[in-house]
Amino acid sequence: MTILLSIVVGLALFFMIGFAARAVLQAFAPAHHKPTFRDMPLTASFGLAVILLYIFVAVFAPLIAPYGESEVLGAQFLPWASPHYLGTDKLGRDMLTRLIYGARNTVGIAFATTALAFFVGSFLGIWAALVGGWLDQWLSRFVDALMAIPALIFSLLLLTIFGTSVLTLILVIAAVDATRVYRLARSVAQGIVVMDYIEAARLRGEGIWRLIRREILPNVMAPLVAEFGLRFCFVFLSISALSFLGLGIKPPTADWGSMVRENATLITFGDITPLLPAGAIALLTVAVNFVVDWQLHRASGLKE
Amino acid sequence: MNEIWRMIGQRLLLGVLTLFIISVVIFGATELLPGDLARELLGQSATEETLAALREQLGLNDPAPLRYWNWLAGVLQGDFGMSMATQKPISELVGARLGNTLFLALYAAALAVPFALLLGVLAALWRNSIFDRASNALALTAISFPEFFVAYTLILWLAQSGLFPSMVRITGSTTTGDLLYMAFLPALTLTLVVTAHMMRMTRAAIINLLASPYIEMARLKGMSPIRVVLRHAVPNALAPIINVVALNLAYLITGVVVVEVVFVYPGLGQLMIDAVSNRDIAVVQAIALIFASAYVLLNLLADVLSTITNPRLMHRK
Repeated sequence: MTILLSIVVGLALFFMIGFAARAVLQAFAPAHHKPTFRDMPLTASFGLAVILLYIFVAVFAPLIAPYGESEVLGAQFLPWASPHYLGTDKLGRDMLTRLIYGARNTVGIAFATTALAFFVGSFLGIWAALVGGWLDQWLSRFVDALMAIPALIFSLLLLTIFGTSVLTLILVIAAVDATRVYRLARSVAQGIVVMDYIEAARLRGEGIWRLIRREILPNVMAPLVAEFGLRFCFVFLSISALSFLGLGIKPPTADWGSMVRENATLITFGDITPLLPAGAIALLTVAVNFVVDWQLHRASGLKE
Repeated sequence: MNEIWRMIGQRLLLGVLTLFIISVVIFGATELLPGDLARELLGQSATEETLAALREQLGLNDPAPLRYWNWLAGVLQGDFGMSMATQKPISELVGARLGNTLFLALYAAALAVPFALLLGVLAALWRNSIFDRASNALALTAISFPEFFVAYTLILWLAQSGLFPSMVRITGSTTTGDLLYMAFLPALTLTLVVTAHMMRMTRAAIINLLASPYIEMARLKGMSPIRVVLRHAVPNALAPIINVVALNLAYLITGVVVVEVVFVYPGLGQLMIDAVSNRDIAVVQAIALIFASAYVLLNLLADVLSTITNPRLMHRK
């Protein structure tokens, strides 16, 4: 019965947020973008609203959160009641506060990792496509070898060797993900480096860096941006999984993955508190996927 | 018939080559450290004597190619070396747990594959209906969920009411029936995680074919829609379906890591996580090699099977 009720409430919220976000976006969008937002599906407007909400919470975390990030406030595992609206955790820290700070830490780290993976992966990919020859061969075969090992297993191996800290976590996940970005960037750029205007730019005497930045990058942006959304989901999920396994972001930093692990015992007593951080992760990935789906659909030019 | 064997032989050789490269990468990753492994493992406060002892124990004094050769020779004979944390042979630690992990992955596959294929075929048959839209939206949502979210939701829902246990304890007296019952929740979690992808790909592969002229011909001669899909579309869609199934089975093999930790399942994944936090590099290398081999073998199998199901690929000039 409660499950049915929560499904109904969830669907109602979804439609309300979706419709409201679409109306607001349409009202405030500049004139030439209005049709884009008018035709967007409900899933996409819901996704956009959720992403904006997460960004807002992450940026203004210290202003919204009622307490300090790792402040111990009272007894452990307090129930949901004022002044701790979502109870307290294993050490007596306010759950709501840590959820809010988690938006900043978990999402921030995942975003930095994805950005790093994209910077390295797309630069190397375009470079390999542009230069070709032995450089392309060597880089591509090297990336193939790395991609033959499952991503999670390879990151675990690297974390064993370099130790577990936030910096190594970011570098390791970015390195593993950069191989996937490299593949995409290289294959997209290969179609572009054979164009006449690249030849012309080369004859003008443009250097590699300028060729990549000014001639190729603007033309490979569209697929890379869509891929960025999907990659962010992967990175976000794998960082949460590693934190959940105790190998990622370390306490006392508030992080959704490790919060699930710390409070998991509550589940056996029928308390849903540990599901909140897990749900926060799930909601953001769903939202990003909805928006990416919409963008891909738009880019492919298909009509229903 | 000869051609099949020749192709399988070629693929096998390629697979062996891939495995060799993987083993080089897995072994060579330790060489990436700026300092040496012994100091990294023992920390800054270690004395010269303990460092020297550990170097001796790990064989770090030999040059890297020789160490790799010794390691590979050992692995090929089933000897993975000693675990540093527990001082036991790794093959002993891995042996029992490998079976458990394979059991869980196969169990999940036995649930997931028929379920996903059925849903995919139905969604293709009734495309653009409420059923299709709902299953698509659900699939997209399920892909985005972290495994531990699915796992704990299932525990809260099914283990709280006492229907299924939330932990797996395997003792000497555990029968297969008990094991199937105890491992149901972990297997269901994995099923939910992989079904979405397989279902979406099955639907896409079948719908792609439904636009072809021979399907229209079949329809025009009065065949029922379900027969058109099952007799004419599915056999031609087999190759992409087999590929995505294999990809997801490979994912199952590695995806068990998180699920095993949630359900305290005594498998390889849990052993690997413990080894990573103890920085027991030899154990991690061994398990990484096992997982990677399973991954390569499944991809190889998919490659061979999808070629066999497609006569055009079989008789390529």
